[in-house]
Amino acid sequence: MIVVGELINASRKNIGEALTCQNAEYIKSIARQQYEAGADYIDVNAGIFVEEEPEYIKWLVENVQQEVDAPCSIDSPSPAAIEAALSVHKGTPLINSISLEKDRYEALMPIIAGTDFKVVALCMSDDGMPETVDDRLAIADKLINGLLQNNVDIDNIYVDPLVQPISTNKDFGTGFLDSVEQIVKRFKGVHTMCGLSNISFGLPNRQFLNQLFAVMAISKGLDGLIINPLDKRMMANMIAAEALAGRDEYCMNYLQGHRAGRFEF
Amino acid sequence: MSDMNEKMKQLVIAGDGAMLGTVIQLALDTGASASDILEEALLPAMDVVGQRMKTGEMFIPEVLLSAKTMQSGLEILTPLLGEGESVSAGTCVIGTVEGDLHDIGKNLVGMMLEGSGFKVVDLGIDVKQADFAKAIEESGADILGMSALLTTTMPKMKATIQHLAELGLRDKVKILVGGAPVTAQYAKDIGADGYGFNAADAVEKAKEFVAG
Repeated sequence: MIVVGELINASRKNIGEALTCQNAEYIKSIARQQYEAGADYIDVNAGIFVEEEPEYIKWLVENVQQEVDAPCSIDSPSPAAIEAALSVHKGTPLINSISLEKDRYEALMPIIAGTDFKVVALCMSDDGMPETVDDRLAIADKLINGLLQNNVDIDNIYVDPLVQPISTNKDFGTGFLDSVEQIVKRFKGVHTMCGLSNISFGLPNRQFLNQLFAVMAISKGLDGLIINPLDKRMMANMIAAEALAGRDEYCMNYLQGHRAGRFEF
Repeated sequence: MSDMNEKMKQLVIAGDGAMLGTVIQLALDTGASASDILEEALLPAMDVVGQRMKTGEMFIPEVLLSAKTMQSGLEILTPLLGEGESVSAGTCVIGTVEGDLHDIGKNLVGMMLEGSGFKVVDLGIDVKQADFAKAIEESGADILGMSALLTTTMPKMKATIQHLAELGLRDKVKILVGGAPVTAQYAKDIGADGYGFNAADAVEKAKEFVAG
């Protein structure tokens, strides 16, 4: 399981302000908190700043990595921003994300081709948002094969089948879950990852729904999450769900979590 | 009579399409006119739904069910409207701007507008500015609603407004914008007439526009 800490996103008010006034200490403190809570990657996103995005995302990478010894998840569809972030990044980053949208695919593939970067492959194409399991599988198939042909190792590919809100279509939850199951089964060695919060859009008690949905997805094979790692219940659920799903040898990770106090609320 | 109107209103709010159909039929059989049912029961119901969505008493799935129930009522009533009587509160052209494929919010706005009596011309996703212009001309729209979910596609809203200005169409419509990254300030900056914070808010703004 890899956990991507999602908090350093400029669309969140405090982060946006920290960027405009170059408050490095604040960024570092959020990076530190997420790292200590168990994040494997620290996501950096400066997408709301259309002009300054490359400069800002680079600054975020520098400051995050001055503070914690973790790679970043470089969260942008823009090749200029990704290149800027990569120019200072240490270690092996996660590129978040490529999709099958033609412009995005063609712009990002040359950056990813032949590298050992990890990459999120988002199930979106120029035909719009996928609705059915088959829509998602068709996009996943093209993305995975495209990446393989460009010498990206299957172990570095994290397919995101795209979470959509159950408030607008009751079948969006199962559509996602079945897609995870099929993708993992059909493409041996590939990983799956997602952000969760869309699932609960338009409904009350969102955090509760997000936490449960993560567990359901993990049971289908999901092994990457883009989440707020400071949500202690979410992190505990995740560790327990992996053990319950038979993906934790000798329950080592679960027991380690127990000793680290991850189950004390 | 007003008892029956109240009953129909509550059925739309509760999302009971089957029962609504029965009560509408009963009301018609006992002499109510289609336009009265519409004006006194169905449209006021959607006002309540919009209001409750804004205050957080109703949630999206309930709002969708009410809108769908409203639709089923309109299907019965529309053919019965007399000459000169129209369901339409106005015509809205809506769409997600070029380069942007997100449609959940836009669809929600579309359904709620229809539920509130608007005729909706939904151009879908990834809509080019020329296509917005064409649809406005062809439909004689009162309102243009544009959605963008990406910071990278938001500038297309501005570009579309400029394009409409060049064609002399800008002042023919009121322009309403929305989408997760869009703010009231941004709407103002690009010269839109309004900003819909969520679907219910968008519908409220649309009603204000046609009311003048």
